[in-house]
Amino acid sequence: MTELNAVAQATIAQAVETPAAAAASSASYETVGQPFLDSGAKMSMRDVDVFYGDKQAIFNVGLDIGQNEVLAMIGPSGCGKSTFLRCLNRMNDTIDICRVTGQLQLEGQNIYDPKLDVVPLRARVGMVFQKPNPFPKSIYDNVAYGPRIHGLVSRRAELDEVVETSLRKASLWEEVKDRLHAPGTGLSGGQQQRLCIARTIAVSPEVILMDEPCSALDPIATAKIEELIAELSENFTIAIVTHSMQQAARVSHRTAYFHLGKLIEVNDTEKVFTNPDHELTEAYITGRFG
Amino acid sequence: MSTSSLFVTLAVLIAVAYVLGRGRSMALADHSQRGFRNLNSLPFYYGMLTALWCGIPSLLLVALWLMLDGNAIDQLLIAQLPGEVAALSHAELGLVLNNIKNLALGNMVGANPEPYMVEAASTLTALQRSSQMAMTVAAISVAMVLSIIAWLRINPQQKARLQVETAFKVILLACASLAILTTIGIVFSVIFESLQFFKTVPVSDFLFGLQWSPQMAIRADQVGSSGAFGVIPLFVGTLLISLIAMIVAVPAGLMSAIYLSEYASSRVRSMVKPALEVLAGIPTVVYGFFAALTVAPFVRDSGVWAFEFLGLPMQISSESALAAGLVMGIMIIPFVSSLSDDVITAVPQSMRDGSLGLGATKSETIKQVVIPAALPGIVGGILLAVSRAIGETMIVVMAAGLAANLTANPLDTVTTVTVQIVTLLVGDQEFDSPKTLSAFALGLVLFVVTLALNYVALHVVRKYREQYE
Repeated sequence: MTELNAVAQATIAQAVETPAAAAASSASYETVGQPFLDSGAKMSMRDVDVFYGDKQAIFNVGLDIGQNEVLAMIGPSGCGKSTFLRCLNRMNDTIDICRVTGQLQLEGQNIYDPKLDVVPLRARVGMVFQKPNPFPKSIYDNVAYGPRIHGLVSRRAELDEVVETSLRKASLWEEVKDRLHAPGTGLSGGQQQRLCIARTIAVSPEVILMDEPCSALDPIATAKIEELIAELSENFTIAIVTHSMQQAARVSHRTAYFHLGKLIEVNDTEKVFTNPDHELTEAYITGRFG
Repeated sequence: MSTSSLFVTLAVLIAVAYVLGRGRSMALADHSQRGFRNLNSLPFYYGMLTALWCGIPSLLLVALWLMLDGNAIDQLLIAQLPGEVAALSHAELGLVLNNIKNLALGNMVGANPEPYMVEAASTLTALQRSSQMAMTVAAISVAMVLSIIAWLRINPQQKARLQVETAFKVILLACASLAILTTIGIVFSVIFESLQFFKTVPVSDFLFGLQWSPQMAIRADQVGSSGAFGVIPLFVGTLLISLIAMIVAVPAGLMSAIYLSEYASSRVRSMVKPALEVLAGIPTVVYGFFAALTVAPFVRDSGVWAFEFLGLPMQISSESALAAGLVMGIMIIPFVSSLSDDVITAVPQSMRDGSLGLGATKSETIKQVVIPAALPGIVGGILLAVSRAIGETMIVVMAAGLAANLTANPLDTVTTVTVQIVTLLVGDQEFDSPKTLSAFALGLVLFVVTLALNYVALHVVRKYREQYE
């Protein structure tokens, strides 16, 4: 817990110390492009500010994520994209000093409502992390974990079915069907990450948040996950944070560019990578910094 | 010169050797550029090397001399004694020598010492004085000669740093082997005495006997004390008390560890954790008071009250396994909680995030992910606490009594292996009777049991330690 706080603070410190910070931290700014959708928004966020203690990490971000859309969030390290992603299923609650203000809604329901139970929220908005983090249990138990704690199945046969379907959707079934009871930690990095995706899918979430899911993987495993993201978008809404602009270009429908805690530009992915509206976006995607 | 002033002199010599060695290397250094570029090592190492040559051999010599000179002087003294005295048996000769030594120190030895004793006493004083003198001269000359040689050999090409580092490696190794050698020494002394014991009492009687009453007839005409050395009642008592202690300590320790690592705010944690660790610092004899004066009477009174209430005709003793076990359990809570807290905190945050991200509640996360991941470490901690409980003596002496009852009733008085070892060896005892020797056999069995437990604990921890990575 404290470790995480320290990391968060270090990130903030880094953001504040950057020379460009002075220029970019003027009080008000406008997000260019199309951050908001006219209809079909699965999640909509308005005026979101996030603070770690006294330091502000996210400034007045407004953004919609559409149904069955893949939204990529890009930006230099420490720009707040992971922090923002973690607000979407209240994973930031685990950090004591973190404070979130603004409206964040999932299908019109305020997810920061003090009366809201965070457990069903996280079942509806699942998360896949940067480093594969399978539990020290068998492959089967890893996938069965969510359905069991949420009481989604009542009989062993149903559980078997959920496990198989989830592993199939995560294109891992063929590789592990003969060793379902071997420990999940014994898989390769790419398989572990697909196991974590299967684990998330098993709960049947509506939105899947992915925090740099491929940064610890080799190109082949990355290609498999990217293929998987394309398939998953038929059933799920996906928000993905990535450092790879090629990945953002390949998998996403819309791309959001964050810079020092501010949402600079949101546009269709094609437009962002060919003809961005904002000069900072252009500077970042052409590799002038970041 | 007395031994203590010899040590002071040697310390001064070592310091001087360091300064001179360092100075010589600086003088030999090439100062045409900044620093000391032509020296193989920094001047510190030349100084250290000279100091080591000055200190180590002379100190070793002094240590060896102090170890051997008592025996050598005794031998010289015996050679001087009149023939009929020198021919006495070993034990009697020892008495005579003791008398002579007392006489030399000016203590009273009896009405009128025999003339040969007075003469021997003055010889002894002379011998001791010359030995002391010889030691002083030898040590100081060794220190000076070796440091002068080392000092003369200093030159810029000398690999002083490597030599100093090798010397320190040897010194570190010597310190490390001290603990190991001591352990081996303890084991051997226990084993030899136990073998003595097993000559009079068969191993099977000892290990499987149900009766423990280690009273041996000291005189031939004493009645009815043949002794019974069955260790089972003692081990049952030990296990009973340890079990009660673990029933108290494991849930309390584990739950406080979970609270501290998962739920407590950092402010509470920073206050509660040191407070818990203070428990580990309280001397066990103080726990003993607490057990004997507060808990044991409380257990008895509430037991009496309960039995009266139920109308049961049961006896309850004022010393009970329950009282000792309860207090011992409190005592080992910090072992369990501190070790468990460390392993629970060591479970990566990513595990918790993974579980929370699936919509698990905090308690589900702790029960199904964090605890299983930390389980090997927790088990290791618990086993270490068990070894501690088995070895505990003071609380049991004070609160559980000395009667070796073979019982599983926690309200009865029982005794443990360690307590019996203490009572067998306290006071004036013959060191060749089975009664005292049995203490060593008990020690051996206890040592084997705790060693096995520690081994299992370490093995469990090592085998599963990195499972979640």
